[in-house]
Amino acid sequence: MLDKNGIAKRIAKEVQDGYYVNLGIGIPTLVANYVRNDIEVEFQSENGVLGMGPFPFEGEEDADVINAGKQTITTLPGASFFDSALSFSMIRGQHVDLTILGAMEVAENGDIANWKIPGRMVKGMGGAMDLVASAENIIVAMMHTNKRGESKLLKKCSLPLTGVGCVKRIVTNLAVIEVTDNGFKLLERAPGVSVDDIKNATEGTLIIDGDIPEMDI
Amino acid sequence: MINKKVANVQDALKGVSNNMTFMLGGFGLSGIPENSIAELVKLGVNGLTCISNNAGVDDFGLGLLLQEKQIKKMVSSYVGENDEFERQMLSGELDVELIPQGTLAERCRAAQAGFPAIYTPAGFGTEVAEGKETREFDGKMYVLEHAFKAHFAFVKAWKGDEAGNLVFKGTARNFNPNMCGAAKITVAEVEELVPLGDLDPNQIHIPGIFVQRIFQGEVYEKRIEQRTVRPKS
Repeated sequence: MLDKNGIAKRIAKEVQDGYYVNLGIGIPTLVANYVRNDIEVEFQSENGVLGMGPFPFEGEEDADVINAGKQTITTLPGASFFDSALSFSMIRGQHVDLTILGAMEVAENGDIANWKIPGRMVKGMGGAMDLVASAENIIVAMMHTNKRGESKLLKKCSLPLTGVGCVKRIVTNLAVIEVTDNGFKLLERAPGVSVDDIKNATEGTLIIDGDIPEMDI
Repeated sequence: MINKKVANVQDALKGVSNNMTFMLGGFGLSGIPENSIAELVKLGVNGLTCISNNAGVDDFGLGLLLQEKQIKKMVSSYVGENDEFERQMLSGELDVELIPQGTLAERCRAAQAGFPAIYTPAGFGTEVAEGKETREFDGKMYVLEHAFKAHFAFVKAWKGDEAGNLVFKGTARNFNPNMCGAAKITVAEVEELVPLGDLDPNQIHIPGIFVQRIFQGEVYEKRIEQRTVRPKS
């Protein structure tokens, strides 16, 4: 079974040379730490920066340079700043190659819910609805089950949706899964995790086709 | 040159009154019109509708207007770093309309650009699209979202001149340029009001035509919401 860093490490392998990538808050943010350094990738943050670098050294923080999580950041040579409309032109206009975000639930048809739990404080969707409605290539990074041990890979989302039929790939602590027309297709198992473990943790239709290899991370 | 300079924040905010709709720039606490917000608190105007990506924190940004219960409705994409906001929202004192961040930006830009509405894929099939017109283009579904209408836009830039030209810095740019000219009156506050001719026309982000009033803010706290650093080693 993977921890959060393990999930990030596995997703980093999906990041290809020349990609512009938008990383969500949480596990997705960790992906930047594991991207191979022999490829060229630029990270976009929807508050208006392309070419994000690491966190600043202490004493070098700039209130005017933050990421979408409102954390102080730095920029790399070649970076650019832009306004919010232009930022979402990059996203809706499908200029961003890969979007990695977290989720509370994903359904077997690719629906995603990650912004609202009725009855609890609602913080808002931020840029998530724009991202999932537009991106061609969306990877969801999440734990396979919630804190109560219930599956987050469902036949149908129970929470209010963020987007419909948009998720293509899911990487969890247990598995790599592709969303197909017929349901969740199991592609890889996490180290030490059996196909049965994954079956038991998946409420939606799980397609198991032949031998399922263990992840190479 | 058409002079947009006003002497101070008091002159800049002339004409604001109860029950108006305001746009306010900023993402989190970055690039917020600090001086205009402070003056709105002093003026005590209430019943306000505020269009702003976020709602500040308890003791800074729009949180200051919330503390005084001056806001009736917030139109935002992400809120909740703010206990008073949560209290007012849950008690029903505050009306909150949550919309996708890109839709917020584009509804501002539409108002600026003279479009009555735009179609966006964001929110289709979700509760955000409920009651709204939807339409298919090339096999994909879109939601009709209307341009905002506001009495004032309060924006903050790094540098500006008397002609109202603006230059922003870093990610403090965010919604500020999209709100310029998107309300009946745009009030720009700047960290530095520079002499006419000092700004290179090639480097201006927002031309003065979109700005009605400009002033240099007296003081900028520029508070950092999430100070994140790595050790020097």
